Amino acid sequence: MSEGTAPLLEVRGVSIHFGGVEALKAVDLEVRAGEVVALAGDNGAGKSTLIKIVSGVYVPGAGEVRFRGERTPAGDPQAVRARGIETIYQDLALADNLDVGSNIFLGREPMRRVLGLPVVDRARMTEVAREVLERLDIHVPPNKLNVPVRLLSGGQRQAIAIGRALWWDAKLLIMDEPTAALGVPEQRKVMDLIRGLRAQGVAIILVSHNLNDIFAVADRIVVLRRGERAGERRVAETDGDEIVRLMVGDTYAGTRQAGGVRSKT
Amino acid sequence: MAPERLAVVSRIWPWLFLAGLIVFFEAWAQLRVGRSFIGSGYNVQAILLAASAPLMLAIGQTFVIITAGIDLSVGFVMGLAAVCIAQFVDRGGAGAGVLALAIALTVASCLVPGWVNGFLIARLGVPAFIGTLGMYGVARGAGFLAAGSGMTVPVDHAGLAWIGTGWTPVVVTGVLLAAMHVLLSQTRFGQHTYAIGGNPQSAARAGIDVRRHLVRVYMLSAFFAACGGIVYTARYSAGAANAGESLLLDSIAAVVIGGASLFGGTGSLVGSLIGALIIAVIQFGLIFIDVNAFWQFIAVGAVIVLSVLIDQAKERLGRAS
Repeated sequence: MSEGTAPLLEVRGVSIHFGGVEALKAVDLEVRAGEVVALAGDNGAGKSTLIKIVSGVYVPGAGEVRFRGERTPAGDPQAVRARGIETIYQDLALADNLDVGSNIFLGREPMRRVLGLPVVDRARMTEVAREVLERLDIHVPPNKLNVPVRLLSGGQRQAIAIGRALWWDAKLLIMDEPTAALGVPEQRKVMDLIRGLRAQGVAIILVSHNLNDIFAVADRIVVLRRGERAGERRVAETDGDEIVRLMVGDTYAGTRQAGGVRSKT
Repeated sequence: MAPERLAVVSRIWPWLFLAGLIVFFEAWAQLRVGRSFIGSGYNVQAILLAASAPLMLAIGQTFVIITAGIDLSVGFVMGLAAVCIAQFVDRGGAGAGVLALAIALTVASCLVPGWVNGFLIARLGVPAFIGTLGMYGVARGAGFLAAGSGMTVPVDHAGLAWIGTGWTPVVVTGVLLAAMHVLLSQTRFGQHTYAIGGNPQSAARAGIDVRRHLVRVYMLSAFFAACGGIVYTARYSAGAANAGESLLLDSIAAVVIGGASLFGGTGSLVGSLIGALIIAVIQFGLIFIDVNAFWQFIAVGAVIVLSVLIDQAKERLGRAS
């Protein structure tokens, strides 16, 4: 990985609290272009809060988020998206009744003029749909290109959500539990997708509970525990046991042998 | 049958069903009465006139149902419009300018309940069924109050009467239908209507102003209720507050038979047109072959259920293939 280049995303000393609860305490995070950074941590560790700060949903109480060297507009998710940070939530934000092209262009439909009247350019939408899926190396038979996307598989739908982000020029993808709702073959396909994106120079923050997924695709792992950064490891220099230890804390380290490592309290 | 061929059949089944009905009544007419059912200009006009009244309401209702909403107020908003146009023309006198102004005022009066529906549903989060049910009552009361002492307001205006004569109501409905078909199937407005019906959260995240869009959709529905009321008064030379009472359910039935799901996201105006024609052919055909009129309700009810069952089967097929 190119350690020398400036990071694409820099999160510095970000804190936020909801009422009396400090959800994040001075958390740092760096992501470079073409790098997959996994965000690991137990439920309530602050993973979701952190990605919502990066994507502009929450305004941090302290600290800053810089993207390509500039501060991002906190509290304005649409503006953050326009800068090139795209979040793919578990529900994928697809309109299930519309076809692939309509979903890629959802809210930003290409227009052409017929007799001076602006009409939606469906031929262009289908063309781009084919192009986007090709780029991701996802095979959708041509007769399925114009059916509602709810008739496609989970992996194909994930690819559509990712493809849409790329088409609109996302430089950083935040993926929230992308494999949680998928069967094993589909999970593999999504892992392949992530590797392909990295090869194309896209930066990815992968939020996942699944250590197998994390070790399969991530370059680095940042572990959060109770709102604090518990540690950071390169995948090549660590193993599952160490990551679990970071996730649950030293207090519980002794219980590892007893097999109760995942229980939090 | 191959699943793909079955999918094609289910897509065009409303057409097939309509054709089957016409063939059935035609055969009956030829064999039993010795004259043509569909070959008669009078019959065709009567069927198209009977279809155009609920279809006018169904045009707006189609947009509303695609957004996963429902507009129960259209019948009485239509009644309110029927009374309003009669009152305005009655007060204004004979000129063409009076008619234009009366139509504009009537449409404007009916856009108010449409806006309120949209505001309740989109801004205040009231379920569409409840919000428009409230407006059903309000428009009903307002219509009868506007009608004054009697139930109906008679009106005598040559220009207005022309709108209701002969083929004019059919042509007016057809032109509006064609324009709205383009709006729904070819423009961003239509595309966003489907997107909101499919998944409002996704639509909002994609930057679509869901609330503003919903308000516009309910105003569109009220606009067509107003058009329906104006045509009604033109046809019968009198405005009645209950003009659209029986048309509400026919309008919803036409949309559903035409392939729209009440869960939103699907439907088309061509479908709603076929739906309205199926209902009109059943109603008129049963009278034509001299079946007790109450069988109409049973037949239309059965067709509604059948069309939903076919739609569900289609959905299962689509998933499986």
